[in-house]
Amino acid sequence: MRNPARSLALGLLAAATALSLPQTASAHRMWLLPTATTLSGEDPWVDVDAAISNDLFYPDHFPLQLGQVKVTQPDGSEGKLEHPMTGRHRSTFDVHLTQEGTWRIGVSGVNIMGSFKVDGVEKRVGRRPGPPPGAFGPAGGPNGAPGGMPPRGEGRPEGPPPAGGFAGPNGGPAVEAVSIDAIPANATDIKLTESWTRNEIFVTRGKPSTNLLTPTGKGLEFAPITHPDDLVAGQPAKFRFLIDGKPAVGLKLEIIPGGKRYRDAEDGFTATTDAQGVATINWKGAGLYWFTTSAADKNPLDKRATDRRMSYTATVEVQAL
Amino acid sequence: MIITPNQARWGSAILGATTLTSPAMAGSISVEVPRLSVAEYHRPYVAIWIAAADGSQTRTLDVWYDAKHRGEPGTKWLSDLRAWWREEGRNMATIPAGLSGPTRAPGKYIIPLPKDLKAGAYVLKVEAARETGGRELVSVPITIAAKGAKGGAAQGKGELGAVSVTLP
Repeated sequence: MRNPARSLALGLLAAATALSLPQTASAHRMWLLPTATTLSGEDPWVDVDAAISNDLFYPDHFPLQLGQVKVTQPDGSEGKLEHPMTGRHRSTFDVHLTQEGTWRIGVSGVNIMGSFKVDGVEKRVGRRPGPPPGAFGPAGGPNGAPGGMPPRGEGRPEGPPPAGGFAGPNGGPAVEAVSIDAIPANATDIKLTESWTRNEIFVTRGKPSTNLLTPTGKGLEFAPITHPDDLVAGQPAKFRFLIDGKPAVGLKLEIIPGGKRYRDAEDGFTATTDAQGVATINWKGAGLYWFTTSAADKNPLDKRATDRRMSYTATVEVQAL
Repeated sequence: MIITPNQARWGSAILGATTLTSPAMAGSISVEVPRLSVAEYHRPYVAIWIAAADGSQTRTLDVWYDAKHRGEPGTKWLSDLRAWWREEGRNMATIPAGLSGPTRAPGKYIIPLPKDLKAGAYVLKVEAARETGGRELVSVPITIAAKGAKGGAAQGKGELGAVSVTLP
């Protein structure tokens, strides 16, 4: 059997060039939303919505591109997305929970971005975060039907970005961008940041298992003490975070309950990890929550980069007592 | 001009533009859009409307929204002004000309109170909803009368600052 930790690390690297997740300062949040996190029965399925939007969990902006999504079975092997569909505002798919235990579903990747100068001219490395090609829907439906409408206000062109570059903000002129391997020897002012992103959900058939929660010792990792599929209102959850296997101290978690439409305010709150890297979260009641945290340091895996940014995001369900 | 159902109802009962018994108040409304220290700020959508105290009739006075949101109508978010949308917005085919304007930067804004309100008890309502922010409704009960007219004031807690109605 493959070593799950090893294959995870390799998978992250393999994804480096293929993945570009939106992670701007904007509050456009990427989320996955399962129909249930705790399932029983002989033949359970979970259905997942996935989108990028301001308010949780209302898809009104972009669907998440399902090519980025991976399903990991409780034994660490890769599972399958069934019945995938990408709509105008959200993508949706099913997962057939054929194994007992806790499944992980989500996106993750490492991307290197930055800039350098050649003869005083600045060039960029990596693709600017933003909706990936095809985020506006399929390029063309059957019978020559037109593709998805560009989302309101984004102003970005449909289809893939121009070769070797990407569109400027609001569909402006393309800025030249190259891959990290194409940085010429005479480049100066090289500033590269390795960006780690992870956004996931956990769903459990039967009894929660911890196989997929074993830390790999690489990057920012969620190593919870309270199982993410064993959260109950009124019971504080203890979530531990590690950076390269060591406690991530003083990490701030932003926690946002779903259902914003039925409130006046977002009602988000924060929790901070202690010396052991453990954040204690006092849920505001039963329901779905989205949380995110990020860290930055100067320990990139790829030594061509000088900086590393890491973010971890998950959607969890807190059950009523 | 588009006559909305609400305007039509109002016109028949309270609007009374031709009624000589109208007190002809030259009142004004002051609405404060607060300055907020947030990572991502967008100007709020704001609706200002007046309702008869018994809720039987309503009339939109002003709606501040992004009519040209990066080249497209920003009407998608009008329903986020949920109280106004229920009482007024959804009954309008479009917001009548002269009753809307662009979103406003933080600051204090004065809007004239219609001069043709008949004597009676009203509630002035101001609702704000902000992208990536919150939503708030502030209500100010007022009384229109030839004698003993009463303005009022209320303080928003987040999305709105001070809201007041001044009557002569």
